[in-house]
Amino acid sequence: MLTIEGLRSRYGRIEVLHGIDLRVDSGEIVTVVGANGAGKTTLLRCLSGVQPVTGGAITFRGETLTPVPAYRRLRRGLAHSPEGRQIFTNLSVEENLRLGAFLFSDARVEKDMDDAFQMFPVLKQKRNLAAGGLSGGQQQMLAMARALMGRPSCLLLDEPSMGLAPIIVAQIFDVVSGLKALGVTVLLVEQNAFGALKIADRGYVMETGCITMQGDASELIADPRIRAAYLGI
Amino acid sequence: MSELLQFLFSGVTVGAVYALVALGFTIIYNASDVVNFAQGEFVMLGGMITWFAHAAGLPLPLAALIAIAATAALGVAMNKLAIEPARGAPVVSLIIITIGASIFIQGAAQLVFDKQIHSFPAFSGDDPIRIGGATILPQSLWVIGGALATFVGLWVFFTRTLLGRAVLATSNNRLAAQLVGINTNFVMTLSFALSAGIGALAGVLATPITLTSYGVGIGFALKGFAGAMLGGMGNPKGALVGGFAIGLIEAMTAGYLSSQYKDAAAFIMILLVLFFMPQGLFGRKSTDRV
Repeated sequence: MLTIEGLRSRYGRIEVLHGIDLRVDSGEIVTVVGANGAGKTTLLRCLSGVQPVTGGAITFRGETLTPVPAYRRLRRGLAHSPEGRQIFTNLSVEENLRLGAFLFSDARVEKDMDDAFQMFPVLKQKRNLAAGGLSGGQQQMLAMARALMGRPSCLLLDEPSMGLAPIIVAQIFDVVSGLKALGVTVLLVEQNAFGALKIADRGYVMETGCITMQGDASELIADPRIRAAYLGI
Repeated sequence: MSELLQFLFSGVTVGAVYALVALGFTIIYNASDVVNFAQGEFVMLGGMITWFAHAAGLPLPLAALIAIAATAALGVAMNKLAIEPARGAPVVSLIIITIGASIFIQGAAQLVFDKQIHSFPAFSGDDPIRIGGATILPQSLWVIGGALATFVGLWVFFTRTLLGRAVLATSNNRLAAQLVGINTNFVMTLSFALSAGIGALAGVLATPITLTSYGVGIGFALKGFAGAMLGGMGNPKGALVGGFAIGLIEAMTAGYLSSQYKDAAAFIMILLVLFFMPQGLFGRKSTDRV
């Protein structure tokens, strides 16, 4: 579904992605784990088009994505729930969700919103409140729900567990693993390697802008090097 | 009593013009956090182009339409040529660019048109309407009606349409707006077109009363800015109320103190608002949690 070959990107004169190769098949949950600063967020930003690419190719559902501007990529089915949630803080929860479905104005929008409220009931209670007043966990839920309102076939999910209490993290990872049943392919970027690998099918390990290991999630989770470096076991 | 009423009428008339200018500020501010100090030049162009086209023999309504369309196009050009290339620059730099654009437009107008003071006929004649011992010009009613209609239109746009909310979303978080599929460049273009068109409308409506020349823009911009600040930057309701309030304060100052202090009133209001109420009357307090 999503193929990345030799992807390079830079901030100014400093290259942060040195040729990334990665593949996500339809229906999979694939995770990219790695330390802070490895380039995971930059990778997702390149995929959604908000970060310029300096080399390599991105192919999504058979089409090359590189020349497509960011705001057109959701139309192709690629949604991005970005680092730091990036919700519309001074709009209400409901308006955030409605804008998630900006591309659509059919009856399914209402239904999708009901589904989102079912997925995250706390958002329904707060639907008329300004999104900026939500707690961190609720903001993360809103960011994911908003991305799903765009009816993506593939969701790019950046650090959904960041800064959240373990019980909320567990809840969010539950929802992510449930996306498979909804037919949404997931590319999940996480520092919380253990949690991410547990729900993923396959995983990649990223270090300073390069992929250093890859394999089935179950293999990676058992690998002694990974256990030492990322799982703290 | 009739004196007070007379001052009220004149305050509401000029207040309606300021309200239109303030509404123009509001739109661009909502889309980009930029205070567009060239807003007053749009008012000037609305008046000057209408005068020019009318003097060239076109009927007044057509001349007015041309002026509004041409000014809206100029707003788009300003965004494309001056604001968009500076994407990513701090907001303060963008505001300074708008000041530069303002000076440029003023200079260009001086060359393209001339340095004289101009006017064109009022839309519904010049016979004053008598109300309770005071009089109001029919053109005043046009100005007031124009301000109210524009406000209602914008209010519906921002609160009832998806595109209007997309403008708000773009201002709140440009990155997220792109990620939900909003073409943020188009939103900016649209905002400048709308804003310039509304500014030009103010010029078209006001010129039969206030007259126009190449240099009237800066005064409208500062008074309109004072109105927008008083009402709360970014809030259409605030722009409307703030604009009318500045007009009334100005008229009362001119009437009861001295017309020499009339222009000072708006600036004193800016200072008072900044000292005591930086959010303005209707500005929303930001309550972000991180």
